[in-house]
Amino acid sequence: MRSQTLESPEPAVGQLAAIPGQTRKRRQLRLRRLLPIYLFILPATAIFLTWTIYPLADALVMSFYHWNLLTPSVFVGLNNYQRALSDPIFWQALRNGVMYTVISVPGQMVLGLAAALLLDQQIRFRAFFRTLYYLPVITSWVVVSLTFLYLYNGQVGPINYLLHDVLHIIPSYIFFLGDPNTALPSIATVNIWKGIGWTAVIYLAGLQSIPQEVYEAAMVDGAGRWQRFMKITIPLLRPTVLFLVVMLVIGSFNTFIQVYIMTNGGPLHSTETVLTYMYRNAFSSLDLGYGAAISYLFTLMLFVITMTEIRLLRRRYEY
Amino acid sequence: MTYQKLAFKALIYLLLVGGALIMIMPFVYLISTAFTPNAFVLQLPPPIIPPHATIQNFIDVWTTENFGRYFFNSTVVATCSTALTVLFSSMLAFAFARYSFPGKNLLFYSMLMTLMLPTLILIIPQFVLAKHLHLLNSLQGLIIVYSAGIPLNVFLLRGFFEDIPRDLMDAAHVDGASIWTMYWRIMMPLARPAIAAVTIFSFLANWDEFTWALTSISDSNLYTLPIGLELFQQQNSNNYGLVFAGSLIAVVPVIVVFIIFQRQFIKGVMASAVKG
Repeated sequence: MRSQTLESPEPAVGQLAAIPGQTRKRRQLRLRRLLPIYLFILPATAIFLTWTIYPLADALVMSFYHWNLLTPSVFVGLNNYQRALSDPIFWQALRNGVMYTVISVPGQMVLGLAAALLLDQQIRFRAFFRTLYYLPVITSWVVVSLTFLYLYNGQVGPINYLLHDVLHIIPSYIFFLGDPNTALPSIATVNIWKGIGWTAVIYLAGLQSIPQEVYEAAMVDGAGRWQRFMKITIPLLRPTVLFLVVMLVIGSFNTFIQVYIMTNGGPLHSTETVLTYMYRNAFSSLDLGYGAAISYLFTLMLFVITMTEIRLLRRRYEY
Repeated sequence: MTYQKLAFKALIYLLLVGGALIMIMPFVYLISTAFTPNAFVLQLPPPIIPPHATIQNFIDVWTTENFGRYFFNSTVVATCSTALTVLFSSMLAFAFARYSFPGKNLLFYSMLMTLMLPTLILIIPQFVLAKHLHLLNSLQGLIIVYSAGIPLNVFLLRGFFEDIPRDLMDAAHVDGASIWTMYWRIMMPLARPAIAAVTIFSFLANWDEFTWALTSISDSNLYTLPIGLELFQQQNSNNYGLVFAGSLIAVVPVIVVFIIFQRQFIKGVMASAVKG
């Protein structure tokens, strides 16, 4: 009977300690209890340590070296970091990251909320509409990027055709992805299009967690639709908004595949992101140490941004 | 009042349909172009209904352009890595949810921390590691690296496992069941919806993975669909009929899986937000 108690999921610490003076036996029993657990978590832990934790540490080491796979690596101290901080393209990539974020995060937050509110109404074909809005989310970035490469085409692209020939909004066809002024906003727009469905589903989860009684009580008090929205829905969605802002900002700074495929950072680095620049340095120029240093600076910066967001948005969170 | 309500309803439907159009128009062009013979692609006005519709593009990419091979590679890689990652992460999640052991918190919080990291920053050291382990340019290498996508699964499953009543486990415990028996015989059957959600997430992520495959694979016989597609487009930049036929081959399985498992999928997405 005793061994069963000892092996119970929550270890009966009190009982263990109650056995007087038998430290060795206790240790043995403890080991017998723990060994199966450690064996059980071994595969996941090993793979996590090998492919995530070790690379994380290794990248830090590499960032202090001139490392190119071809010649022996040379320790260069903080050289790679200094180089990054005085590299105009690195700074431009950071500024671009801010631009992507400034365009695509508010775009997804507002349009996603609009879509969620529409999908939350008593309507027919709700599941059908939800599926349609979610299609871009599940479509891979590779396919989406190739599709928009065609849609944005400067000579025969459907978007030019729509804006020029059908709606007469633009005087002439635009080389959306070929012009440094329009390339970044064009890609950021694709981010919005692809992200609305996900944002809407997260908002829907938030909306459904608001108890119906709150609305009913407000209606009894004579609150109109707009008042209920501003005074109940918005404040109670605050945790959802925090979650979305954090995730979307991280996602936006992580922009990579769409840029790699649609413009590869060009024209004139106008769409370059930190990750495309890091990737090119590492795998085209084989400057792996520099790429690793850029990675670390980037991660540090993203961490600071995320913590700042959480701080700012948590304030007055007392509902 | 009724008139106002009716107008409100009409407005909602109008906006919903308008939004839905914006969401699906790119797909309409994608599909239509895939069925258009190349001679008629890139014309004005861009056709919504393909002129001289044909399935020749599909036949060409599948056979002469080797997409049949890419499809096979993608299937093998996504299936194996998903099986491994779901098995390993559900085991770890089970231990997290039901047992206490030294190192538990350290492991759990370091996994949580890596969820915040951009995965791409690991690609340089992962490349060097894979090179040393001779895992570059091999499908096994892809499978192993994809199965490392464990933290998010562990995080989602742990939350789910913790919600399952303890009584059932305790009863099994008195009968002297081992940790493996409790996991496989008791927890897994009860956790089927969560396992389904995590399996779908992982499969889609592995099916669509682009950057690691691009970085580690150079032999064109080992291409998966995402990189096969991108590298094909680079060489045939204006042959959108073929590019989009290949894109549909890559994307249709995803959409089918999504539509079949939609409920579990959306629930899983919502759970990830609530738990987060």
